[in-house]
Amino acid sequence: MRTYTVALAGNPNTGKSTLFNALTGLKQHTGNWSGKTVSLASGNYEYKDTRFRFIDLPGTYSLFSNSADEEVARDYIIFEKPDVTLLVLDSTALERSLNLALQVLEMTDRVIVCLNLMDEAKKKGIKIDARKLTDQLGVPVIPISARNNDGLDTLSEQLLLMCTGQTRTTPYRMKYNEQLESQISRLESELRDIFGDEYPSRWLAIRFLDGDQKLIATLKHRLSVSDKGGMTHGAAQALGSSNSGHSC
Amino acid sequence: MDETKHLQHLQQATLGERFLIEKVDIRGEHKRRLLDLGFVPGSVIEVLKASPLGDPTSYRVAGTVIALRKEESQLIWGKVMSS
Repeated sequence: MRTYTVALAGNPNTGKSTLFNALTGLKQHTGNWSGKTVSLASGNYEYKDTRFRFIDLPGTYSLFSNSADEEVARDYIIFEKPDVTLLVLDSTALERSLNLALQVLEMTDRVIVCLNLMDEAKKKGIKIDARKLTDQLGVPVIPISARNNDGLDTLSEQLLLMCTGQTRTTPYRMKYNEQLESQISRLESELRDIFGDEYPSRWLAIRFLDGDQKLIATLKHRLSVSDKGGMTHGAAQALGSSNSGHSC
Repeated sequence: MDETKHLQHLQQATLGERFLIEKVDIRGEHKRRLLDLGFVPGSVIEVLKASPLGDPTSYRVAGTVIALRKEESQLIWGKVMSS
């Protein structure tokens, strides 16, 4: 039986762990990833003869690696490539949650959005049009209340569909100004020459333009490691040169 | 740069006042952090209360409470809104 990995991402206190526990039945254990001391909980969930391995990423407001937590969450999505990234949003504070959501949608197109805490939102008189949000974000949006086990069946069904390739998404991608866009596309094609489809090249290009030294260092390291395994020679140098003059 | 001349900074807003952010005059990671927390041009925040010594001050921003030191709030520019 194939196991699909599902990463849970979201702001702190949006109920990621509640959802995690509701689905995995608290059968979690913690582990360390790629030499980080921040530990990630993982647990298994079975639905219709399919096994999902859930990874509970640290709760963050952003994924620009301002902190160790953000770096772990981001590196997991980019380098470990979960089959689905499950974004858990707080329905009572959607404005805040969507910041992270847009960042994740720039990184991967395998995203499902959960509108958690729907019961609380209802109590506060907040109404959310999930269908409209689905149209605008370009990925499935599912209202749930993890605490009350509401909506988890719909969510499980959607997870199954996406993992087995039966859901097509068209994630919303931020459009930047003309000058930036032309720089992004230039860098993007250069990066694609180096990495192929290994990493999301548009996202990488944006991070490079933002001068994300930490990410560049991580990528160089990964290239030099795989170089020994016989990857295209000189790729690391190309990476060095594509970086010069682009940081702002 | 001089457009900030006619703007007020957040530190000038007093208790209970609402403030429309127009510019975050901070650089680098710090700015990124503030933007992530909701201190975004165009958003309206509310001054909640100051700590006993007057600094830091807490603000309601995008549905949550965040406290800033005056070093930061002095660099967030905009307009106090009439209530």
